[in-house]
Amino acid sequence: MSEVVLSGVSKAFRKTVAVNDVSLTVPDGAFVVLLGPTGAGKTTTLRLISGLDAPDSGDILIGGRSVLGETPAQRNVAMVFQQYSLYPHMSVRENLAFPLRSPILKTPEAEITRKVGEIAEVLHIAHKLDNKATALSGGEMQRVSIGRALVRDPDIFLMDEPLSSLDAKLRADLRVELKRIQADLGATLLYVTHDQIEAMTMATHVGVLDEGRLVQFGPPREIYENPVSLYVAGRLGLPRINALPADLFPGAPGGAKTIGLRPEHLVQGDGRESRVVRVEHLGDQTRLHLTLDGHDIVTLTDVHSRLAPGDTVAIAPKNPLYFDASGTRIA
Amino acid sequence: MSAYSVTEPTPRAKWAAGILVALYALITMIPLLWIIATGFKSPADAISYPPKVVFDPTLEGYVNLFTTRTRQTDEFLAANPPETWYEEIVRQYDMVIVGPSRYGERFMNSIIIGFGSTFLSVFLGTLAAYAFSRFKIPLKDDLLFFVLSTRMMPPIAVAIPIFLMFRSLGLSDTHAGMILLYTAVNLSLAVWLLKGFMDEIPREYEEAALIDGYTRFQAFYKVVLPQATTGIVATAIFCLIFAWNEYAFAVLLTSGNAQTAPPFIPTIIGVGGQDWPAVAAGATLFLLPVLVFTVLLRKHLLRGITFGAVRK
Repeated sequence: MSEVVLSGVSKAFRKTVAVNDVSLTVPDGAFVVLLGPTGAGKTTTLRLISGLDAPDSGDILIGGRSVLGETPAQRNVAMVFQQYSLYPHMSVRENLAFPLRSPILKTPEAEITRKVGEIAEVLHIAHKLDNKATALSGGEMQRVSIGRALVRDPDIFLMDEPLSSLDAKLRADLRVELKRIQADLGATLLYVTHDQIEAMTMATHVGVLDEGRLVQFGPPREIYENPVSLYVAGRLGLPRINALPADLFPGAPGGAKTIGLRPEHLVQGDGRESRVVRVEHLGDQTRLHLTLDGHDIVTLTDVHSRLAPGDTVAIAPKNPLYFDASGTRIA
Repeated sequence: MSAYSVTEPTPRAKWAAGILVALYALITMIPLLWIIATGFKSPADAISYPPKVVFDPTLEGYVNLFTTRTRQTDEFLAANPPETWYEEIVRQYDMVIVGPSRYGERFMNSIIIGFGSTFLSVFLGTLAAYAFSRFKIPLKDDLLFFVLSTRMMPPIAVAIPIFLMFRSLGLSDTHAGMILLYTAVNLSLAVWLLKGFMDEIPREYEEAALIDGYTRFQAFYKVVLPQATTGIVATAIFCLIFAWNEYAFAVLLTSGNAQTAPPFIPTIIGVGGQDWPAVAAGATLFLLPVLVFTVLLRKHLLRGITFGAVRK
């Protein structure tokens, strides 16, 4: 495993700038998650590191060496694609063995058998090894494609939304499994997702991308608690942060245009009266949809709350985040 | 009244469809069956009117196809009684076999030129189609159009320039020349057909292989090619059928050495009256290689011809 460094990397496709002057260090053994909406440049960043695309400018270093002139094979990276990644004309076993048989690795047969068996065990696909790759369910396919990366010992694992096509339960299981494997192997991982639970639970570092720019990079808690902008604040947190006019509550600093209130930033029982619109009982939490001066607010309340639509609740901000007109955090 | 389903045809509809298909198959196969039957008729039966559907089968046509014969005097015939069954057939007409005909040779020429040009077209076509499908090529669309434009006229329209070129390059009446010519004609079809198939294969497969430690060519060979089998087979069949049946260039450019079967078969007619059974026998045997090739690869072909019609 190695450290991976991007310095000032840019990539444009025709006139669309996909990655814009991104500098980023993935420390050895770190689990870095890139967050951002579709089109933010997450996948392009992975493709640039893997060598499938070449950057227009900037440098990419893996383990201290510049890899710009190297082919994907020479870079020793493993990548899990979002979809379509299994070779349909091969069995599951052949798919898993494919990277080990490459001219670069040339693994002995006994070693291949051992590694494939091991990975199949970990990913619970041992009983499907002799199936055709196309005769699997979506979840099994995705586990095989993760397995195809894990059989190797690359400098870095690149994963492009590997869990997005799975159902909720499998996703939760694999999330835990992936984190465990990463910790066991001490693997360096760069992981793309737009699922904030994946980001919060697995990442040692989170990078937030906005239209090709890396707007913030740091540990997940820091990103959550100290976002540099309204955009970053909106990427993490469920229910999403409430972005409201700063003058809705007293105490806004000068220049503040927007107040950002996460559900836990609202204290009930004091302050301004708001009307309950809807109550959502989710089991482990209860969401309260409120309206105040025509602005919708979502917050959490006691699981056994007896509030009903039409009731009024007094709310006041606690440790709110303030942003200026451009969305930059000012307090 | 049984349950109604929009996806399952009713038994009556199935029967009607079956009968229609059988009828159509019969109509298209009559000329073929006629040729096959004529090959086993005697010359008299072959031209009798009304045509004979039931007849005494004989191998006369096949014997005549493969041999050259000459008329002999009664004394010679009496002194040399026939030794084999095929000599006996020839003796009915007071003839003796003096040697093999050139049919076997012409047939081999057809095999060499037909399969040789098919292999070359598909090989070059696959590589070109892959390049067109995957790489950024300057003027790609113009090049593709240019490739296609070679099919916008009958190939024979350029017969004279090709004839002159072949003569000055020493390619006239050579196997290599005919293979090159048929490859040139088939290549545009091969490139276009195969490009369609290549476009349907997602790039992610090769990209995964590139990252898995393979070179571009290895990824092409190990991942793309196995998935393009259907397209390659369908293309090969189309190319073979063209090269196999081609007549005009074969007449023009070959005579002694590299002549294929199509220009040879009609020449059988001229020897000692119109020998229809021998012509029919030649045509029947001529069908077999393409038939066998197609039947062997049939399961690929069905999917190949309907490619793109149904999205998986």
